Amino acid sequence: MTGFLTGSATRLTRRRLALVVAGCLILTALIALIAPLIGIVGGRGGWHLELLSPRALAAGAPDHAILWVRIPRVLAALVVGAALAGAGCALQALLRNPLAEPFTLGISSGASLAAVLAIRLGLESAFGAAGIGGAALVGAAGTLVIVWRLARIGKHLPPATLVLAGVTMSMFCSSASVLIQYTSDFTEVSHMLQWMLGGMETVRLTTVGYAALPIGVGLVGLVIYARELNALAAGPEVAASLGVAVGRTQTVIFGIASLLVGAAIAVCGPIGFIGLIVPHALRALLGPDHRLLLPTSMLGGAAVLAVCDTLARTVIPLHHLPTGAVTAVLGVPFFVAILVGQKQRALLWGRGA
Amino acid sequence: MAWLQLSDVDVALGDRDVVRGVTAEVAAGELVVIVGPNGAGKTTLLRAIAGLIAPRAGAIRVLGHDPVRAPRRVIARELAYLPQSYELAFPFAVEEVVLLGRYARQRGLGLASDDDLAAATRAMAACDVAHLAQRRFDELSGGEARRVIIAQALCQGARCLLLDEPTAGLDPAHARAIFAMLRAQCDAGAAAIVVTHDLDLALRHGGAMWLIADGQLAARGDPAQVLATAATRDAFGLAIHVGALPSGAPFAVPA
Repeated sequence: MTGFLTGSATRLTRRRLALVVAGCLILTALIALIAPLIGIVGGRGGWHLELLSPRALAAGAPDHAILWVRIPRVLAALVVGAALAGAGCALQALLRNPLAEPFTLGISSGASLAAVLAIRLGLESAFGAAGIGGAALVGAAGTLVIVWRLARIGKHLPPATLVLAGVTMSMFCSSASVLIQYTSDFTEVSHMLQWMLGGMETVRLTTVGYAALPIGVGLVGLVIYARELNALAAGPEVAASLGVAVGRTQTVIFGIASLLVGAAIAVCGPIGFIGLIVPHALRALLGPDHRLLLPTSMLGGAAVLAVCDTLARTVIPLHHLPTGAVTAVLGVPFFVAILVGQKQRALLWGRGA
Repeated sequence: MAWLQLSDVDVALGDRDVVRGVTAEVAAGELVVIVGPNGAGKTTLLRAIAGLIAPRAGAIRVLGHDPVRAPRRVIARELAYLPQSYELAFPFAVEEVVLLGRYARQRGLGLASDDDLAAATRAMAACDVAHLAQRRFDELSGGEARRVIIAQALCQGARCLLLDEPTAGLDPAHARAIFAMLRAQCDAGAAAIVVTHDLDLALRHGGAMWLIADGQLAARGDPAQVLATAATRDAFGLAIHVGALPSGAPFAVPA
């Protein structure tokens, strides 16, 4: 099967790992520093882009308030991007399936269904935006448990049944969401759609704070399992004979990936594409070793989503575009470019052993 | 003491008993070859010894461990298993594929230590794949890939080797070299069980032969004698002729 687009794979040395991760870290840090300074301001000559001075960070500076409106958004984008790309990378390896991503396992559909239900039941007026975020998290966790129970055979989580269970749950939740929308009034529906498109506008610093802890723990957990993911590339039976506790590893990685996705969705709704494309792009550039690929995917996801979100709020003055839509529209040409480049180097899809 | 012990082992796949009542043992230094017709239960028996499938009845011990219940990491240090088919989802470089064999002996991120690299170099040399070290796994031929996987199993540094048709797809020279290498490993103290359809190589290099027919251990002993039994003829549906070349080396062909 395979079908992974993969760059050259040489042995991972401490030096290579340190250099590449440090490079990604510096790039992501630069983006994180610059992104909140960029914005659109209105003036006599119409709207134009403006780059604030970092001095605005100081309390009492003229643009201090504006900066602090943007910072939670950028932080949210970094945290969510890292979570989605990290989870996507791990799921692709766990399921040995290039189409795997956070949405394949039905987790985000389950979260969306719960959020739609929360809006329909008026939880938002009762608990504020946190009500929807909380509902989404509960929905993600619930779907995770159902998919896990459906897919599990003995101690194992076979990739094929996992994908099947995930896609089935995804279909069910999407259809249920549509039915709920059909019975809702106009305001509710527009609210639901806005949530389902994914966006950072309403993100508050406290929400990011709450999500950062589980996401941070999850990301570290995935990196700890990088070696197991490498071994699982040879299939569960070979991995087991190499010494991997396959059943436990599958369950832990599936659990961590779900936690990451659930937390990310709770922050800003479902944002597609990052979890699928960032790991693929980096695998094509850096090779398949998860000890390198997982951390760089996380940093790459953070950087890409921060850039996309900055564009989403600056491309059209006064209109904040849904971040999820921007990631897809911008990411596809980029990914096609990598695909074409790799094809020219005769590293084709489906060249697995 | 026997390193591998099987006492009255039954293994079921679904409702069907695929292996029935197998009792046998393998001691240090022994190279056991398992022969038998397709579907006789050879692979299932090997998987049970590797702890990948639990026997329905009976007991299996690998250096005293129950391979199903012991932690995988402990079993992997004592026993390496080469499956019949091998599919790698990501095309690692050959050297990395071989180094995956060190999993059970590494900690943390598992960046290769000098010991790991030395073990990989030895294993690749033994399987004649050292020159492929930097090649992508998906760009190898079938036989080259097979030798790389054998190197991965060797690289584990386990005392017991279970190999399921290691020479399938190998050219005659490499097939012979792999068996000679296994013989050398056993002479150096390892124990190996090799499933093979290459009766000729089994005859030449096997210390003992087990004939598996219809899930049962139908005959065991000296390879030349086992091949000459009525049980072998019945199992394959044809007689196996064992002869000697002018050099004195034995050969086996279907009569």
